[in-house]
Amino acid sequence: MPLNNLLTLELVEEIIDLVRKVYGFDFGGYSRASLKRRMVRIMILKNLSVFDLKSQIINDSDFFEEFLLEITVNVTEMFRDAGFYKAVREKVLPYLSSYPRIKVWNAGCSSGEELYSFAILLDEEKLYGRSFLYGTDINSEVLETARKGIYDLRKMKQNSENYIASGSINTLADYYVAKYDAAIINSSLKKNTLFSIHNLVSDSVFNEFQIISCRNVLIYFNVELQEKVLNLFYESLCPLGFLCLGSKEFLRDENLARKFRIIDKTENIYQKIE
Amino acid sequence: MNNLNPAISAKIKNAKILLIGGSAGGFAIIYDLLLRLPQSFPLPVLVVIHRSKKYKSVIEEQLDIKGKLRVKMAEDKERIQKGTVYFAPPDYHLLVEQDGSLSLDNSEPVHYSRPAIDATFQAAADVYKKNVIAVLLSGANEDGAEGIAYVSELNGLTIVQDPQVAEVKVMPQAAINKANVDLILNNEQIAGIMNTINKINTTIL
Ligand SMILES: C[S@@+](CC[C@H](N)C(=O)[O-])C[C@H]1O[C@@H](n2cnc3c(N)ncnc32)[C@H](O)[C@@H]1O
Repeated sequence: MPLNNLLTLELVEEIIDLVRKVYGFDFGGYSRASLKRRMVRIMILKNLSVFDLKSQIINDSDFFEEFLLEITVNVTEMFRDAGFYKAVREKVLPYLSSYPRIKVWNAGCSSGEELYSFAILLDEEKLYGRSFLYGTDINSEVLETARKGIYDLRKMKQNSENYIASGSINTLADYYVAKYDAAIINSSLKKNTLFSIHNLVSDSVFNEFQIISCRNVLIYFNVELQEKVLNLFYESLCPLGFLCLGSKEFLRDENLARKFRIIDKTENIYQKIE
Repeated sequence: MNNLNPAISAKIKNAKILLIGGSAGGFAIIYDLLLRLPQSFPLPVLVVIHRSKKYKSVIEEQLDIKGKLRVKMAEDKERIQKGTVYFAPPDYHLLVEQDGSLSLDNSEPVHYSRPAIDATFQAAADVYKKNVIAVLLSGANEDGAEGIAYVSELNGLTIVQDPQVAEVKVMPQAAINKANVDLILNNEQIAGIMNTINKINTTIL
């Protein structure tokens, strides 16, 4: 019988509980339907039964590292949703051009493609020298990739297309060096970046930012956790700072939405006004 | 459709949600079916069709204007309401949560498809169990077969377009091979069963 049919939502709940007890990671606020799909995927990849999955989680902390990597969705691209980056270039960066310091927080940055896209925009608008970009995620493995800034060269075709669609100034190849089948992001773009672990569920404000971008992360959370995280972002933004969400993510709660103005309705970009 | 067997009538009576999936060759029939659903239609409807994110789609808008039901693209964490048809957005799987809300998921495609019919059928069945009616139409890959099989296993009602009349047989045929499908119907019969769903469920309300 397919694993999907064996892994009931009750079992998903049990596994969430196990992970909380053994490792202190709380997935209680995550969308159950997505979590179930991820767990089924892990079981298929590793050829595990429900019983194996539970006992591996309990007994094998190395396995848990892999579990943590796979339980979240990590897919990302440079200049993903070209319209979003166009809007950032046209509606957000001009506003910040007179700021002496621009601090960007990319929460749930995965392997760094989104952060480097921001770095490129800032560079092109001649703001990079005054900027600092923090990339955070719960996943140490994706952060390691982000730090290195080395990507599969085959992915650069899609990335370049996105970049062009976003209203590019140069060509994406100006920003990396191709070596064998790898694309290595220029070190000048890595200079003002820092990647570190931060869990949106349990960690708190750590700095004050002019831009916070958290895209394609909130859809995996339930409404309560979304509100909690959005409040954390509100607290972490400087007055008149910008909040960027994914194309399917928005400020739902009216009390919070009132404290922002909408900069771009389709791209879900907001500015803190209160 | 007056000769429905009691087991099937019972499943229709139980139903709390209608799922429709289709791909290549399935679009026209989905369009016609949705256009004909009456305002009183008692179930919320989730629709998954394979479509590319490259093209701006106006299907929802068209159906919303021309049909009697509210038709929209599903939003993340939106509450499912009857009288509404929700389309899976291009590039996202459409899932169902236990509190009766929808969620979107950008994880890997299934059978090269995102949205995938399997993903929606499976997630809806997890929440609605036997109270699901799932309809699978024409399509060129095997997406939907596992979903149909799961709905069937949890005792929901499964309806598959007769491969003989489907524009592209692969999808309905795969489902028939994989699952013990309740009804294999031609287009007219599928429209007929929509009327039956409407009648059975509205009279008991
Ligand atoms: C789909 S990726 C999004 C990557 C990028 N922001 C983009 O839009 O392309 C989601 C990321 O969120 C991270 N994530 C999930 N839960 C998190 C949490 N509680 N705190 C921080 N990051 C989290 C995952 O590890 C994953 O790397």
